[in-house]
Amino acid sequence: MEIFTQQLINGLVLGSIYALVALGYTMVYGILGLINFAHGDITMIGALVALTVVQALAAAGVPAPLVLVLAGGCAILVCSLLGLSIERVAYRPLRRAPRLAPLITAIGVSILLQYSAALIWGKQYIALPKLIEPAAINIGGAQMTTLQLAIFVLACAIMAVLLWFIKASRMGRAMRATEQNPDVAGLMGVNTNAVIAFTFVLGSAIGAVAGLMVVLYYGIGHYFMGFMLGLKAFTAAVLGGIGNVGGAVMGGLLLGIIESMASGYIGDLTGGVLGSNYRDIFAFLVLVLVLVIKPSGLMGQAGGDRA
Amino acid sequence: MNPGCRPWLRWALWAAIALLLLILPFATEALLGRSWVRILAVALLFVMLALGLNIVVGFAGLLDLGYIAFFAVGAYSYALLASPQFGIHWPVLVLLPLGAALAALFGILIGAPTLRLRGDYLAIVTLGFGEIIRVLLNNLNRPVNITNGPQGITLIDPVQIGGLSLAKTQEFAGLTFSAAHNYYYLFLLFALLTIVVSLRLQHSRIGRAWEAIRDDELAAAAMGIHTRNLKLLAFAMGATFGGVAGGLFAAFQGFVSPESFHLIDSIMVLCMVVLGGMGNVAGVVLGAVLLTALPEALRYIGPLQQRLLGEVLIDPADLRMLLFGLALVLMMLLRPQGLWPVRRKSQTAETADVS
Amino acid sequence: MHKALRHTLIATLVTTLIAACGQEAPPPPKAEAPKAPEVITVKIGSASPLTGPQAHIGVDIRNGVQLAIEDANAANVEIGGKKVKFEMVAEDDEANPTKATTVAQKLVDAKVAAVVGHFNSGASIPASKIYSDAGIPQISPSSTNPKYTEQGFKTTFRVVAHDGQQGPTLARFAAKTLGAKTVAVIDDSTAYGQGLADNFEATAKSLGMKIVAREHTTDKDTDFKAILTKIKGRKPDLIMFGGIDPQAGPMVKQMKDLGIKAKFIGGDGMQTPNFIKLAGDAAAEGVMASIPGLPKEQMPGGKAFLEKYKTKFNQEVELFAPMGYDAVMVFIDAMKRAGSTDPAKFLPEIGKTNYQGVIGPIAFDEKGDLKNGPITIYVVKGGKWEALETVKPEAAQAAATATGSAPAATAPAAPAAEAAKK
Repeated sequence: MEIFTQQLINGLVLGSIYALVALGYTMVYGILGLINFAHGDITMIGALVALTVVQALAAAGVPAPLVLVLAGGCAILVCSLLGLSIERVAYRPLRRAPRLAPLITAIGVSILLQYSAALIWGKQYIALPKLIEPAAINIGGAQMTTLQLAIFVLACAIMAVLLWFIKASRMGRAMRATEQNPDVAGLMGVNTNAVIAFTFVLGSAIGAVAGLMVVLYYGIGHYFMGFMLGLKAFTAAVLGGIGNVGGAVMGGLLLGIIESMASGYIGDLTGGVLGSNYRDIFAFLVLVLVLVIKPSGLMGQAGGDRA
Repeated sequence: MNPGCRPWLRWALWAAIALLLLILPFATEALLGRSWVRILAVALLFVMLALGLNIVVGFAGLLDLGYIAFFAVGAYSYALLASPQFGIHWPVLVLLPLGAALAALFGILIGAPTLRLRGDYLAIVTLGFGEIIRVLLNNLNRPVNITNGPQGITLIDPVQIGGLSLAKTQEFAGLTFSAAHNYYYLFLLFALLTIVVSLRLQHSRIGRAWEAIRDDELAAAAMGIHTRNLKLLAFAMGATFGGVAGGLFAAFQGFVSPESFHLIDSIMVLCMVVLGGMGNVAGVVLGAVLLTALPEALRYIGPLQQRLLGEVLIDPADLRMLLFGLALVLMMLLRPQGLWPVRRKSQTAETADVS
Repeated sequence: MHKALRHTLIATLVTTLIAACGQEAPPPPKAEAPKAPEVITVKIGSASPLTGPQAHIGVDIRNGVQLAIEDANAANVEIGGKKVKFEMVAEDDEANPTKATTVAQKLVDAKVAAVVGHFNSGASIPASKIYSDAGIPQISPSSTNPKYTEQGFKTTFRVVAHDGQQGPTLARFAAKTLGAKTVAVIDDSTAYGQGLADNFEATAKSLGMKIVAREHTTDKDTDFKAILTKIKGRKPDLIMFGGIDPQAGPMVKQMKDLGIKAKFIGGDGMQTPNFIKLAGDAAAEGVMASIPGLPKEQMPGGKAFLEKYKTKFNQEVELFAPMGYDAVMVFIDAMKRAGSTDPAKFLPEIGKTNYQGVIGPIAFDEKGDLKNGPITIYVVKGGKWEALETVKPEAAQAAATATGSAPAATAPAAPAAEAAKK
């Protein structure tokens, strides 16, 4: 039982990171109908920026909480600017182009980000200097570190604020209007270009926070780390119903739990035929199944044009 | 090059091209060494792959990000049935069609449930399938060893034609045909075949139906085109090309391992198609050859930097990827029709004139 | 239709020609200063990844080769009565199987007499076919996949213990020195990691250890909590990991987060300074890992070699430079004995090598594998790797024969012991 609780905790923490990244995918998809392939790599850039700041400041003896705030701030700033410029340069000119064009551009941007990062940070795995020593909390025999708890709580808080923001604020309303019909929203006096740019900035900033969390959690940064994370997060977004912010949160948490449980138990359940070596394809299998059975996702609207 | 050129000129041109392609490996060997003959052979393999993907992406407008999986299926089916792995040594004439058929089957299996998805979903699902195939190849060594897992399969039989092994150096008419030469000619044959098939397909009823689906699926369906079957056909055809190329690759290399079938390889092939101009056979051939040769040429940049700057500032491998990424973005922004675009307008005008 | 076909053909042609002509810039044939006529130049190839994520290790190998060639030239080697000048031809295989064959062909084209390379087994194996066809001997300084020498080629050798030697040594160490009874085995699903783990598992079982879990991850993953949690439930004495430092570091860290007390051991892929950084000092403390070969400082020519390397390249030896160095020396030694620099003549001599190298005595078995190389086990102490125990060739040999026929060997041994007691 304590093993089960432990797997549940593992899954929830992993899932909350997936969910944060998934928000970026789902917001952009909701508003533009575009899979922003580069989003995982924006998260990676956020992670590496945060890592660099921590490296520089921790060596200078700055107190840990301040380091964290500064690292997060820098990561958010860089990623927001990055998101803004990618939208402006690579996606906006293609808004009315055939569907394939922005998708291929997105792949190109993703590759560009990865290898720019490789040039800047090198291709070695970079270690996070010792910053905080998280304490362990005992929950029913399972262990959870304070760091895990903090990640989970912070992720939930961000998601709650975002949901409120989209529902209640003026900008949130403009975002929903643009999502439903950009042309009509424009006629109603919504500056759709600004709204779309804002969506990219918001998604990227949340991605930056997720990047910081990944760095703190795993203590490691690498130019290729955004790729798998992005794919998983995208899967989470689809699982929850892409375009649906609440769905992305659900999907993220669910995917995290599915992965943990599957790698933990599938070996025993199948008598050793399948094992943890198939972990990375569970996500894809879930993705394929959802798309084939219920393309609108678990929480998606029945809108036929989504898939 | 204008349409009114005289027949004898056309024939002379054909003959010159044929002759050039025939002597190319020898000229290359004399100028640059035998390794470049190998590079030529690999380029021809990629021509086949790119043309296969071009059917799916260029003709039918379905973005497939897991195309390399079909290459893998072809390569592994050849490797498993012509190596000491199971002690089976089937002849190439059986294995290539088998690889093609298997790949086509996989294409249909993957395509059937996913082809009703819209473009971007399809992209991500095919990407997922590509990864699934690679992970399976990497893990099917337990509990029962089928693929030998990450260790890969060694000692794959070379192509034998009438008791003549292509892997052996042959002397003929005073010329030395090394393994690289032999495979160059074999791949040239297959590449030409794929080019001809591609062109015939493009201008057939099927090709035009694909084009209609690509440009407007709803309209195409309304015109009575059975979109689902035709999309499946595109998937299967593309996969077939990949399967054949995979079998040839396995025989050529003598070794396959899951390492050769990463997502990045799918994206490489996609780059070739996009760079050359989606849907345009000549352009795709150009894209494939350019992108195979470019990284080889970029190798010289490392030592060049070393000489000029005293250190290697930009790793050529990184530079290659940066250029690819940039090329994808710039092509879409500035020249979405590719380096060598299809002249669709003039073509329709021509047909209109004729009819 | 015809026009399109023609365009296609022209495209093929033009681009192949461009590709061909674009290469007009290879370094012009060097006008060698005229030398005494009896001096012959012999080229030695070096093939390893010089770009990409493994470039640092590939460059290390190339540096080792370069150092050996400079030393040999300084020593004015004479072969068959002629003075020989050695020259290195270094190529980048990008750690990619397809590129490796192209590079191999390039080296064959360049008429090298012998090749040191490649780094990765995935590159060494496909390339070995090309060297074998050309009759050029190849010594890999680092490829540990057993298959590399199992292809029946006469030209393949290696100067590193393969996974089939390192894995069992680790298992014997775990059983005897650590006294582990239950062990969980994890691999990273690569040829290297899985080979090592499989070989460890086989020997561990034969020594009576219980494998309580066999888990897998990938060489790109950083989250191991799920498999570690499962392992935690099985309460092993020891966790063995076949893989490299970017995974081993976070794995050890996450073990600590989960409160797993088991010991942790791995192979040469994680015996790096970066592992300690990635895991953090506290989590890394007490972790063990093996490396084929003696500790660098203890190698017979080790100290001198390390110093020479540092003065020459202004950096520390990463890992395989000594193997690269010795590989060249083995070639030259064979050439001397054969009295020829012709691969056809000195190839048979390589198999008979009995050479005292930087890494220790070098001799090959009939497959071309290094005979019973020593393996050293290190432990992290105070944030540094420290040599713990070296399994010497004799001991390894004895142990190898013991486990090679384990059931048969132990059965008669027991009555003998009984008899001795009486």
